[in-house]
Amino acid sequence: MIHFSGLAKLALPHSERGVPIVQWTEINGYIKINPENMITIICPNPEFGQNVMTSLPMIVAEELGVDWQMVAVEMGPHDNVKLGPQFTGGSNSMRMYWKPLREAGATARQMLLLAAAGTWSVPLEELTTKGGVVYHEKSGKKATYGELAAKASEIPVPKGVKLKEVKDFNVVRQSQKNVEGAKLVSGKPLFGLDYQHEGMLIAMIQHPPAFGLTHKSFDASAALKMPGIKDVFTIKLYEEGLEQGGFDVRTFNDLIVVVGKTTWEVINARKKLIVDWVPAGDLKDTMAGRGGKREVIVPGELETTATQLKKMEEYAKKPAQQLRRDGDPEAAFKNAAQILERTYNAPFLAHNCMEPMNFFAHVTDDKALLVGPLQAPGWTEPTLAKVLKLPPEQIEIQMTRMGGGFGRRAYGHYLVEAALISKKANAPIKLIYTREDDSTYGIYRPMYTATYRAALDSNKNLIAFHVKGGGIPEHAIHANRFPAGAVDNYLAESWEIPSNITVGAFRAPRSNFNAAAEQSFLDELAEVMGKDPIAFRLELLKRAKENPVGKNNEYDAGRYAGVLELVRDKSGWNGAEHKKYSRGVAAYFCHNSYAAHVVDLTLKDGHPYVEQVFSAVDCGIVINPDAAINMIQGAVVDGIGNSLYGGLTHKNGVVAENNFHSYRVIRIHEAPKKIEVSFVQNDIDPTGLGEPPFPPVFGAVANALYKASGKRHYQQPFALSQIAASGV
Amino acid sequence: MITLNINKKNYKVDADPNTPLLWVLRDHIGLVGTKYGCGVAQCGACVVHLDGEAVRSCVTKISRAQGKKVVTIEGLSENNSHPLQKAWLELDVSQCGYCQAGQIMSAAVLLKENKDPSDQDINDAMAGNICRCGTYLRIKEAIKLAAKESGTK
Repeated sequence: MIHFSGLAKLALPHSERGVPIVQWTEINGYIKINPENMITIICPNPEFGQNVMTSLPMIVAEELGVDWQMVAVEMGPHDNVKLGPQFTGGSNSMRMYWKPLREAGATARQMLLLAAAGTWSVPLEELTTKGGVVYHEKSGKKATYGELAAKASEIPVPKGVKLKEVKDFNVVRQSQKNVEGAKLVSGKPLFGLDYQHEGMLIAMIQHPPAFGLTHKSFDASAALKMPGIKDVFTIKLYEEGLEQGGFDVRTFNDLIVVVGKTTWEVINARKKLIVDWVPAGDLKDTMAGRGGKREVIVPGELETTATQLKKMEEYAKKPAQQLRRDGDPEAAFKNAAQILERTYNAPFLAHNCMEPMNFFAHVTDDKALLVGPLQAPGWTEPTLAKVLKLPPEQIEIQMTRMGGGFGRRAYGHYLVEAALISKKANAPIKLIYTREDDSTYGIYRPMYTATYRAALDSNKNLIAFHVKGGGIPEHAIHANRFPAGAVDNYLAESWEIPSNITVGAFRAPRSNFNAAAEQSFLDELAEVMGKDPIAFRLELLKRAKENPVGKNNEYDAGRYAGVLELVRDKSGWNGAEHKKYSRGVAAYFCHNSYAAHVVDLTLKDGHPYVEQVFSAVDCGIVINPDAAINMIQGAVVDGIGNSLYGGLTHKNGVVAENNFHSYRVIRIHEAPKKIEVSFVQNDIDPTGLGEPPFPPVFGAVANALYKASGKRHYQQPFALSQIAASGV
Repeated sequence: MITLNINKKNYKVDADPNTPLLWVLRDHIGLVGTKYGCGVAQCGACVVHLDGEAVRSCVTKISRAQGKKVVTIEGLSENNSHPLQKAWLELDVSQCGYCQAGQIMSAAVLLKENKDPSDQDINDAMAGNICRCGTYLRIKEAIKLAAKESGTK
């Protein structure tokens, strides 16, 4: 019997404890057991810091009936048949895998029980399990899962196995440590950028310096003479007419590539390229869709921030697309005693994951191996198959750990780039983006604006609510979210301005702006009405719960009120704590969970510092409490940073903020001293946490800034004057 | 050929003397614990120890490292026994984990020079290390825990 040291708690792979990996019996796609009763659980979803590698296996271990100390975790291969959608994003991992993983664990346990019942010829009902052992109390017989595994694996998979009662959980709802924690603090190779392969070359792309440019010609003679350089060539990402799905977004289609032996050599050689950059003009993209394919024109203009802002002001005045209407908003506004109207703006945001984009590819005539960081292998594989003209079965994608995702790594263009480079170079290559490449490539959070209007009658009752929102190139409006459902006369409209600046999902897409604008507006509205901001929201939620307006209200008003009440109580709202700092509140529902924050802020020499935050979250059953707290605290810090400092500007298509000296991100001295997290306690099936706590932070910061400065803040970023002004 | 002493071992490296230590560690020697985040000394993911000082290896040429002792995250301790590594695991600091090696290497020099750092000391020493996941509160707590545990030795 192998002795477990103290490190056993960290679920090291068994191969690192000196256990040979032969003799593993696979019970199903998620569970392997060996004769020594060691359990390996496969994590289906790739990891980017939300700790699915710990929490998803916990769900399996719970129903399987083993102690967490017995478990080692392995990242699964890409196998959508055996392991489900394998999509990390949309705060969906827990929600999507809760039932399937419980069933996988419970079914495996049932097979082990059947194996024991068969071996001992005893009734199934007389058997129990505990800590990976099957017991027959009557006879005193017992056997470990390891001893039964081989026989269990031959039993036909039973259907409809009963799951545990939530009250009996002893793995889920306990805080478990990050299974890769020990590796992370000792520098083990876990990330895509760390991947090494025999004979691997390094490749980098010389991107056009601006959105809207492409290369007409280039001179690589100096670059090719540089030490370590193997080749310079071009690749074309998508052939004309290739039908793109939502996650096939790419900024540049024709790319100049430098291939060499080491990263530094390639960086230096790339600088020697002489390129004739020319406007690309309008481009045509073919997008796949449910109604069949459609052509999209991507405008060729080289955009500048000041012009974008002016354009948005013009579009905001034009008629827009109606998203939702309740009652008669026009009449209500016409008869209003008082109208409050405010406009909010926020810039493009870059994800700036700490690990820049990169991917390894080894493509030969008949197959392709790709290894690296990405959120959804299943979405990029079909595109790879089309582009490489290989059947999907011949394409293997291995998922490494990701140094951050935030939605950026759902867009697999960099896999396709790596694959095409490998094919052309006829070698295994790792494609690396420098920070500048990464920051300026695009797939940003869009530039947004929204105008909110509220109509009050002569008694200061809220009689109508109107939001008209737009953006470049997309709007942020969620028409069926609160306060829709709480106001008799309601109108939501949207508009969009096409652009060649590419955008994609950024931690809580749309919501990350929506919450800020709407929650600032509700705060100002409450003040005009002479109401406490929390009491005002709770009044509206009461109406939405008891006598909702309209249909399709996308939130549970009771649960929404629940997080506000919890944060009100925990923060000492209107109590002694209230007076210490400048205080702002906001709440939001998105991605199936509810979150509310109270932000306490001070101004030091005119600069805002968030001193402390109280957070209340309802995400149903909290699977790994300490990890959940860590994520929420991280979302709060991220929200403060992005609301105060985040943003990009363009000048003739060139991004000004191309590294951390110019793109400001929050640092340790700017983070709150305390972030106190409370969960609403219930047994609702778990929903996600990656995104929901993030959007309301922006609103709470804006509202706290008002208290601190006496001025409402309508333009993000709130503390970086060069972007909050009218742009370049 | 340049000889570098890294984690108490000598390596002969065939690289231009102007190559940043970061890329020699990662590409030539295969020590990938030290990370690339920005390449311009802004993010701290690349911090290593050069004769006991914290330096940003992305802007430190290997010619500067010649004749000196380099310590990377891989060589900080045997089996995660450094008080910071223990504290990091005790408090479960990491989310994505990409920045954490650099955080620990910066913090290690702070603790060597200051056995009982205040919040302000920690802020000053660690402001050059970015964490996009926002684990700063836990980083601070872990540094204080490590300081406390070191003190009781």
